[in-house]
Amino acid sequence: MHLIKDHGFTHPHSSEITPREQFEQRRELLRHLATGVAGIGLASWAARDALAQTTAGPGKLAKLPGVKSAVAGGMVMDKPTPYQDVTSYNNFYEFGTDKADPARTAGSLKPRPWTVSVEGEVGKPGTFDLDMLLKLAPIEERIYRLRCVEGWSMVVPWMGYSLSELIKKVEPTSKAKFVEFITLADKTQMPGLRSGVLDWPYTEGLRIDEAMNPLTLLTLGLYGEVLPNQNGAPVRLIVPWKYGFKSAKSIVKIRFVEKQPVSSWTRAAEQEYGFYSNVNPSVDHPRWSQASERRIGEGGVFAKKRPTLMFNGYEAQVGSLYAGMDLKKFY
Amino acid sequence: MKNLLLHPAAKPLLFALALLPLASLVYGVVFDTLGANPAEALIRGLGDWTLRFLCLTLAVTPLRQWLKQPALARFRRMLGLYAFFYGCMHLLSYAWLDMGLEFGDIARDIAKRPFILVGFTALMLMLPLALTSFNRAIKALGAKRWQLLHRLVYAVVLLGLLHFFWMRAGKNNFAEVGIYAAIVALLLGWRLLKAWSGRRMSRVAAIG
Repeated sequence: MHLIKDHGFTHPHSSEITPREQFEQRRELLRHLATGVAGIGLASWAARDALAQTTAGPGKLAKLPGVKSAVAGGMVMDKPTPYQDVTSYNNFYEFGTDKADPARTAGSLKPRPWTVSVEGEVGKPGTFDLDMLLKLAPIEERIYRLRCVEGWSMVVPWMGYSLSELIKKVEPTSKAKFVEFITLADKTQMPGLRSGVLDWPYTEGLRIDEAMNPLTLLTLGLYGEVLPNQNGAPVRLIVPWKYGFKSAKSIVKIRFVEKQPVSSWTRAAEQEYGFYSNVNPSVDHPRWSQASERRIGEGGVFAKKRPTLMFNGYEAQVGSLYAGMDLKKFY
Repeated sequence: MKNLLLHPAAKPLLFALALLPLASLVYGVVFDTLGANPAEALIRGLGDWTLRFLCLTLAVTPLRQWLKQPALARFRRMLGLYAFFYGCMHLLSYAWLDMGLEFGDIARDIAKRPFILVGFTALMLMLPLALTSFNRAIKALGAKRWQLLHRLVYAVVLLGLLHFFWMRAGKNNFAEVGIYAAIVALLLGWRLLKAWSGRRMSRVAAIG
């Protein structure tokens, strides 16, 4: 009987191993193909390949690596919106009201040095500088859907950790029922402050249990790099089940309070922007329907809109926060 | 100047120029240069050009008198028709790209949202003007009645402005609306002033 001889674990000859350099060149080639150097058919094939490997940015900003999040709902399967779109289509009124303005004008923002002071109803108030925030908890990559109140959406790989990590460190008292986020308002860095569009500084707020929900992300980066200025550098909030404006950018102060704070947009137009502002396809904005949304970067001008999901698809994780509440009244 | 305005190539030239905004938007769609949200850029771009052509149309008469160039009147009809054309494209792009050509949804949307209703009304008011824009219609209606009918354009531009204002009101963003409002105020104010002084003049003449 002829038996196949057992060689143990068979290694390839060292001559057959692709040299690292060559391997990386191949990736480079794929990237070139994906950016459209080659034919369209080939490019889409290559783009799929590139996507499977990483959600890395273009490498212009400092790297901010993180582990893939294990939080429930932390890694949606939707295809991430291209970095170019995420960083060129922004509502950040401190840098102008047009969505193309922030990418153009936010160069004047100085994200370092930066401090965030934490005050109010906490046992351990204090000031955190950026390096302290970067080391406060392990950085995770979270791929979230982002739904703007205007009817468009993106999918963004954010870098950060649950805000609850910071909250636990400062030990809120029993009077801390709400958390208020106050953002930078500096005329020398933010040309948009000259306009009276909103009362500056931009402020936002969450109920304490919303702030403690593991999905609420203290965000320091996107696409494996630190936040670009136009996306709210150096530290912002991401609350994925609420309309985008709830996710305050360039935060300088976090205040724990007993009474429900008034958000900037609520102050500007109370009928249109409520305190909760949870994504809800059945509660229309007075001027447009919220039943569907346009996914940015998906299929060009004739792409069909997609239906908006209750709580932006995070109902399993956050629905219980609003048990028994009339969401038409508390919009 | 007068020779230029009366040149046989003047009208075809204006016709081609007025198509440039559409051409640049189509180019943007095809070559993907309209930014991250091309559908929105297209819909809004077409709306902007509707308002711009309305303003241009309304500027013809004041400019004609101010520059003493009666030949300018030759271009008013074409500019007005282009305003209607861009308005139709604006509605079509909204109905198609925003609403997916679901006509039930569109009808409900128009009825439910004042800012869309106002824009839609403005476009519907332009329809009789476009339909009676040719010479035989003027003859059939009689110049007096035709002129009366075409005063609807004042309502159209005011409704268009309100449509734009309401659209921006949700985001407290009035800078651009303010510019158009100033232009429209100038164009309509000039007419009011003219009418008022004209009436005074005729009264003086009657007394004299």
